[in-house]
Amino acid sequence: MRLFVSEGAPGSLPVLAAAGRAQGRAELLISTVGPEECVVPFLTRPKVPVLQLDSGNYLFSTSAICRYFFLLSGWEQDDLTNQWLEWEATELQPALSAALYYLVVQGKKGEDVLGPVRRALTHIDQSLSRRSCPFLAGETESLADVVLWGALYPLLQDPAYLPEELGALHSWFQTLSSQEPCQRAAETVLKQQGVLALRPYLQKQPQPGSFEGRAVSNEPEEEELATLSEEEITMAVTAWEKGLESLPPLRPQQNPVLPVPGERNVLITSALPYVNNVPHLGNIIGCVLSADVFARYSRLRQWNTLYLCGTDEYGTATETKAMEEGLTPQEICDKYHAIHANIYRWFNISFDIFGRTTTPQQTKITQDIFQRLLTRGFVLEDTVEQLRCERCARFLADRFVEGVCPFCGYEEARGDQCDKCGKLINAIELKKPQCKVCRSCPVVKSSRHLFLDLPKLEKRLEEWLGKTLPGSDWTPNARFIIRSWLRDGLKPRCITRDLKWGTPVPLEGFEDKVFYVWFDATIGYLSITANYTDQWERWWKNPEQVNLYQFMAKDNVPFHGLVFPCSALGAEDNYTLVSHLIATEYLNYEDGKFSKSRGVGVFGDMAQDTGIPADIWRFYLLYIRPEGQDSAFSWTDMLLKNNSELLNNLGNFINRAGMFVSKFFGGYVPEMVLTSDDRRLVAHVTLELQHYHQLLEKVRIREALRSILTISRHGNQYIQVNEAWKRIKGSEADRQRAGTVTGLAVNIAALLSVMLQPYMPTVSATIQAQLQLPLPACSILLTNFLCTLPAGHQIGTVSPLFQKLENDQIESLRQRFGGGQAQVPPMPAVVEAAATAAPRQVQVLMDEVARQGNIVRELKAQKADKNQVAAEVAKLLDLKKQLALAEGKPLETPKGKKKK
Amino acid sequence: MAAAAELTLLEKSLGLSKGNKYSAQGERQIPVLQTNNGPSLTGLTTIAAHLVKQANKEYLLGSTAEEKAIVQQWLEYRVTRVDGHSNKEDIRTLLKDLNSYLEDKVYLTGYNFTLADILLYYGLHRFILMKPRHRLVRNW
Repeated sequence: MRLFVSEGAPGSLPVLAAAGRAQGRAELLISTVGPEECVVPFLTRPKVPVLQLDSGNYLFSTSAICRYFFLLSGWEQDDLTNQWLEWEATELQPALSAALYYLVVQGKKGEDVLGPVRRALTHIDQSLSRRSCPFLAGETESLADVVLWGALYPLLQDPAYLPEELGALHSWFQTLSSQEPCQRAAETVLKQQGVLALRPYLQKQPQPGSFEGRAVSNEPEEEELATLSEEEITMAVTAWEKGLESLPPLRPQQNPVLPVPGERNVLITSALPYVNNVPHLGNIIGCVLSADVFARYSRLRQWNTLYLCGTDEYGTATETKAMEEGLTPQEICDKYHAIHANIYRWFNISFDIFGRTTTPQQTKITQDIFQRLLTRGFVLEDTVEQLRCERCARFLADRFVEGVCPFCGYEEARGDQCDKCGKLINAIELKKPQCKVCRSCPVVKSSRHLFLDLPKLEKRLEEWLGKTLPGSDWTPNARFIIRSWLRDGLKPRCITRDLKWGTPVPLEGFEDKVFYVWFDATIGYLSITANYTDQWERWWKNPEQVNLYQFMAKDNVPFHGLVFPCSALGAEDNYTLVSHLIATEYLNYEDGKFSKSRGVGVFGDMAQDTGIPADIWRFYLLYIRPEGQDSAFSWTDMLLKNNSELLNNLGNFINRAGMFVSKFFGGYVPEMVLTSDDRRLVAHVTLELQHYHQLLEKVRIREALRSILTISRHGNQYIQVNEAWKRIKGSEADRQRAGTVTGLAVNIAALLSVMLQPYMPTVSATIQAQLQLPLPACSILLTNFLCTLPAGHQIGTVSPLFQKLENDQIESLRQRFGGGQAQVPPMPAVVEAAATAAPRQVQVLMDEVARQGNIVRELKAQKADKNQVAAEVAKLLDLKKQLALAEGKPLETPKGKKKK
Repeated sequence: MAAAAELTLLEKSLGLSKGNKYSAQGERQIPVLQTNNGPSLTGLTTIAAHLVKQANKEYLLGSTAEEKAIVQQWLEYRVTRVDGHSNKEDIRTLLKDLNSYLEDKVYLTGYNFTLADILLYYGLHRFILMKPRHRLVRNW
């Protein structure tokens, strides 16, 4: 038997404990593999621990392995044990993996971790105390105890997660933990590092689905055709036949766009990018591009839409950058604002306004909100301990301190927030703080500051959330973040800083201070609007008529969902507050993070130099939008998606539909006589279109893109099955059939061009130009599929839409942007390198061990001479030792792996 | 198929006559069986194994230690992977894996028909019929 384990895989615990308890362990060989290695040949996803039996069979379920060891030692299965193991697999594991992931990978604590498992722990406790047995399945320790103990040990060994009130659980756990096989397993797996020893493994696992929202799937559902009723088909066909007539007149373009009473007024903001950084692809998909898709969609629905963004320009980062480049802060802002604007223009972002925060309006509105908060008693004054760099002779802003996160130990935590665990940090709490400019260690000095009294505003905030959240489209991560903040209780938040480059504080004694960017950055949306129109208050002080959608990455949630709403509620000036807060997760680059300093990743300004059109970038980024979970940009995947989805599916269909019209029908859309199959197709396309609308109304951008691709897949099939290119050469009836197929196909292509508009505006416009789609049909998307290209309509010149991406082209881009270096992820590299140092050598040794093992067994079976057996056994042991060395992995001696 | 209906079907195929009543628990509608001589049993595979023993057909749970462990492994697979909130991608992977597992086998344990085959068949029933690709899974 060979047991495959991986550093930090939690399943090793019960398995080793069970193996230690059962007899005949001598035959058990143990190999360590990387967390992503596929041991079991028939399983697509990696799974450890795995037990390879002598018969060649694999046991890949942790419980089944434990069960096998118990069965070997003569134990008999019983109902109660089965019940516990089934419960463990279906109830405990999902809860536990969520808890461990929060704890180990995300560095969360307390109730965030305990919450998901509390019910399961209580269940065990109650079962134990109700039956008043010391063990789960009776008077003696058995399989169920070992499996559950092993699953729970990493969490419960920390007393913080073993609730005291659960007395029966407590004593059961202690009893088991003190037994020898369990103790040994715990030492081997956790290596006295506690739960953090699981990190190399858990980090490599996908985030367990949000535990509460397990039912929500991120993958597109069924592509199989749904069954349609006659009624649905008739309705769809009737709508189709009405065609262009059913389109309402186009909304006249307004300038400026202002809310109209009685209409749906949609105000869209994208988080303001900080001015002195060039945004990377993750920043772009996180807010600007996502918001753009929604803004374009909203306009296609003829909703009265205003989309705004701008650069966030105040703060020390700007001051420092200015010093570095020998410019004034204003000059730096001007320079980088232009860089940002250019990047977004290249990506075709349809801002109505792209403003900036360093304007007189910003000062005016910020100071006004502050005055109102001050008069209403929501501002406190206090002395603050602050980090000051004596060498640079100034107080260090949060962004200018780096150090070790006090919560999770992440080494590059910023002074305001840890990128790893997401917790907000008070800069003086950082361990080993460093001035980011000169790398010297700052000292703590005190200074007078102003605070927003959040505890006093908490009740209003909760009332507002209570009204806003139900039925809204806040993303689950945003709800979760706000909930956990409220659960921890709000604390007064400092809103001033010892800086010059910022909005001045209009209060005596604070002349040399400015507002902290996070107090006034969110006010930037208001001031940017005010610079666009003097009637800005019609958008921002009009909660009854305005629907506010705010897009951001999840690290921005607290400021938009909590700090700004508190300021606005406290100011009591009827501000428009966010109705739908749309937060993405993070986008990684290949296997690691984007890093400007290490030159890893694609940044906005570089995308243009790749020769890949902006729309292809948009498509791929939206296709992998970190919606609901983190995702990763991958060059190979981009090539794949371009060549399969765009070129072979979408591009192929639209091109064929258009080509048939020009080649077979002289460029005029032929007569269409719909058969029942065609009618059914019209209904299916209608259904998919409605699905697309449902998704986009809920801002599920990534999923809605799948609907477009599904329709074009239906279209391709339709052309393929009906063989229009053959029929055109056949009888009159065949020719007519070819006409109908071509006509319907080209109308689907026209529909796709409109659905595609939010995602790929240039490609959409190209298709519409090729098809000469009538103007209103280009800019309005109804919920029904219409015949917008009636018989007799003349189309333009059709040409291919997409280009194939070649392997060598992509390979050279990958090299150029450093993805190659990121292939070996920095942290677990140590582990993997050791485990797979010389895979060939390991393989050879494994074979030899197996062969030698057979020799020994045969000799024993033949009852051969003792000395001869001993000699062969010695050889075998030696080989095993070599193998263990080659694998870098004698299990008995912990390697003492250090965290980076 | 609801779990209770599935268990009733299993009772019939095992030749059990009396017909148990099942209740369902929680939002996932986990089946519960109230037995005469003991506490109630909860969970699809737990109850199924219990029924097999009641029908004196223990061989359906495997005869060797290895077979027994394999049967339980696939029963667990059934309730965690097949019954999970599977999206399409997962189902595809699952069928692909199963297909390659069955490459050299007649039944899940090799040559002997077991409870694992029955329950996995019930569980997969709804997906397999539509997927011609997974030839081996279908033959099985």
